[in-house]
Amino acid sequence: MTKLTIDGIEVEVPNGTSVLQACEQAGIEVPRFCYHERLSVAGNCRMCLVEVEKAPKPVASCAFPVAEGMVVKTDTPAVRAARRGVMEFLLINHPLDCPICDQGGECDLQDQAFSYGRDGSRFAEAKRAVKDKNLGPLVKTVMTRCIQCTRCVRFSAEIAGLSELGATERGESMEIGTYVEKALSSELSGNLVDICPVGALTNKPYAFVARPWELDRVDGIDVLDATGTNISICSRGGDVLRILPRVNEDVNEEWLADKGRYSVDGLKRRRLDHAWIKREGKLVKAGWQEALVHVAEKIEGVPGDRIGGVVGDLVDAESMLALRDLLVSLGSGNLDCRQDGAAIDASRRDFYTFNTSIAGIDEADAILLIGTNPRREAPVLNARIRKRQLAGGLAVGYIGEAANLTYPVRALGTGLPGLKQLLAGGAFAEVLKKAKKPMIVLGASALVGFDGAALLAAAWKLAADVGALRPDWHGFNLLHQAAGRVGALDLGFVPQAGGKDLVGMLDGGVDVLWLLGADEFDTARIGANTFVIYQGHHGDAGAARADVILPGAAYTEKTGTYVNTEGRVQRSYAAARPPGEAREDWKILRAFSAVAGKPLPYDDLPALQARLEQANPVFAHLGVLPRFGCSDLTGPAGDANALSDAAFADPMPNYYQTDVISRASPTMAECTATYVTPISVAAE
Amino acid sequence: MADVMSKSGTEPAEFVFDAESEALIAVILAKYPAERKASGTLPLLDVAQRQMARLTGSAWVPRVAMDVIAARLDVAAIRVYEVATFYFMYNTKPVGTYHLQICTTTPCWLRGSDEVVAACKKHTGIKHFGETSEDGMFTMTEVECLGACVNAPILQINDDFYEDVDGASTESLLAALRRGEKPKAGSVIGRQTSAPEGGPNTLLDTPSFQAGE
Repeated sequence: MTKLTIDGIEVEVPNGTSVLQACEQAGIEVPRFCYHERLSVAGNCRMCLVEVEKAPKPVASCAFPVAEGMVVKTDTPAVRAARRGVMEFLLINHPLDCPICDQGGECDLQDQAFSYGRDGSRFAEAKRAVKDKNLGPLVKTVMTRCIQCTRCVRFSAEIAGLSELGATERGESMEIGTYVEKALSSELSGNLVDICPVGALTNKPYAFVARPWELDRVDGIDVLDATGTNISICSRGGDVLRILPRVNEDVNEEWLADKGRYSVDGLKRRRLDHAWIKREGKLVKAGWQEALVHVAEKIEGVPGDRIGGVVGDLVDAESMLALRDLLVSLGSGNLDCRQDGAAIDASRRDFYTFNTSIAGIDEADAILLIGTNPRREAPVLNARIRKRQLAGGLAVGYIGEAANLTYPVRALGTGLPGLKQLLAGGAFAEVLKKAKKPMIVLGASALVGFDGAALLAAAWKLAADVGALRPDWHGFNLLHQAAGRVGALDLGFVPQAGGKDLVGMLDGGVDVLWLLGADEFDTARIGANTFVIYQGHHGDAGAARADVILPGAAYTEKTGTYVNTEGRVQRSYAAARPPGEAREDWKILRAFSAVAGKPLPYDDLPALQARLEQANPVFAHLGVLPRFGCSDLTGPAGDANALSDAAFADPMPNYYQTDVISRASPTMAECTATYVTPISVAAE
Repeated sequence: MADVMSKSGTEPAEFVFDAESEALIAVILAKYPAERKASGTLPLLDVAQRQMARLTGSAWVPRVAMDVIAARLDVAAIRVYEVATFYFMYNTKPVGTYHLQICTTTPCWLRGSDEVVAACKKHTGIKHFGETSEDGMFTMTEVECLGACVNAPILQINDDFYEDVDGASTESLLAALRRGEKPKAGSVIGRQTSAPEGGPNTLLDTPSFQAGE
């Protein structure tokens, strides 16, 4: 530890801390542009100049390490003059276009010019202009505004792991760009907009839409992947306009994947805003009372075992519990949440969660990825693995179709034979055994199909064999794609004793099928005589097959609880009202239960949330994730020795369109056209 | 930059190091530890530029060559683009067979670099810096100090310095190049390196320095 004095305040900081970090610890704000706490130090903007006693001139505090007994002054006439000088130089080539700049109101340069800027310019010469770059459909550039802090260059090289941006030319001609025009291929490119301190990189679809001071911000949870990224939902007058990440060190740090950020425009398209009833083969608009009575009439007299319910990927726990309670009260045990048919064993919680936790990745020293492409399935989690990898001493093994995960991996085959070899021993099995904290990450989508149960058991067995399952460390992880999946499993939304699973409910297995946001299975396989109720927010596969459509709320329009892939319970709050006649899903189910004569025992959200805690005590712990070791090595059902020689399929061929919201989003469609289609065409 | 290249249509479809370059690369890369081979970026760019001069008569580094270097050194392509565009000595656009690099920094300018520029323009028909003559023989570039101010003004043609030039000597130099000759590099007025013009003028009383010895 080092002791130093900053503006008369004595602070003690760890050795190697920079003066800027020490100032923050002392509660003193130092202006900066290029310094970012999660990126390497560049020290090129010079805005963070401070005075250090005995130093002959001001020093850049972000790149200056503390020393014992150092005396730092951050607010002297000399410091202020130095910062004013720096600011004047930064503004020499910066255009005076704040009124038409999207960064206006949340711009570091604007804010700091308020404190350190001159009232007029002394620069009479011509300002330089830089050609804008086309970085693809997500990030808009106005390169003349760039102050060359190189945060974006460092972000793409260090966090995103795809060095695509750089500073070409030099001096007055220096430009940030890709040199060869190309769209950024990272799934985290939206974060460039956040880290850019000026308006050089802005949100392309959001251009000229709103000003930050007009927006209401509501805390939410991203549901477009299973990471459970904390987000801030920004809306104006009930219109959700953009989504920003919120800091949560244990989950997403401060990043947000592109799908979560940019599919926001999908929330306004293809929405179900009215109840519909199919009469003589055609869907006809209906009122709520009419629709609910119609459903009640259809259900009346149908035996419980001929009624089934399937929940989708984006559904909150409250709605799933309401549907479960409703179906159980109707005598049905035909429940399923695994639309893809993945052989998830719901009998024990650690069989289906990411037990190491996302923050736990920082501690791991060996990771084996099986049948998963975390770069697409959970980009933010992948960035965490990359961060761990950059820190050194991490070995990553990968079984699956070759892919660039943004960090080096040891390829161990493309399919199940690779896993069989590891179970029999081999070089990487030794690496895992020698590791102090090994992790096995299994993609939930790899459990689909014939080998699913065997794969789950085999992965568990491997984890047990290499010592990843210990009372002090749980190294078995299932990586989900669907935000609602772990919550559904926690609520036991799986076939009850004697109940049918999804496959059993298809092809006429039930007479009444209630789809709660379930669109990700082949709806053509639903029996022709099955009466289908689709409750959800987008007109997609489920609604197309429905006999009755009950319009529900999307995740930004309801207060709901989501459980991420780790098993972390988080609550998202409503930022807007559902469109038209649409209502929050649990209210629809509650209203229907009354019409059907079996009223659910909760009339408001707190009562339902209390019921949630009663259904599974894990819902009592919001936000926190207790980490458990593993003392019971008994594996999931399935024969670990029954593995075939099948290869893994690509777990997510198109990152940009995976659910009803992203499929409705024009931005995501453009991304698909830019990133996915050309590659698949080239492959043919 | 990318636009300039694609418009000029000169970007070759591919670039492969030839045997002569490969021999140089083997020597260069042997200097660096394997995990630090990115240090070879600068010399490899030079090798590529010289190979282009040897094979096409134009010393420049096409983008495909930068990609080849990036792949060879296991670095992202943009890292090589950054280096290649940072240094003035790498030409990212084709240049003429003779690259006339005229220093116009203060000492050369005081000693008459304007005359040299005018002579180059007159002889080659080039109107502005950065342009190539119509016959493709000459490209004229304005450069900053070449570090040979004692012999100002300097005209660097490809790798060679021609020193103490003026308008007339520049024109005769270019005429010689056009004839296919290779004029001797160094001072065009016959100075021995940067020794005083017209012979020694100090230490004349020291016997060993006297003329003729």
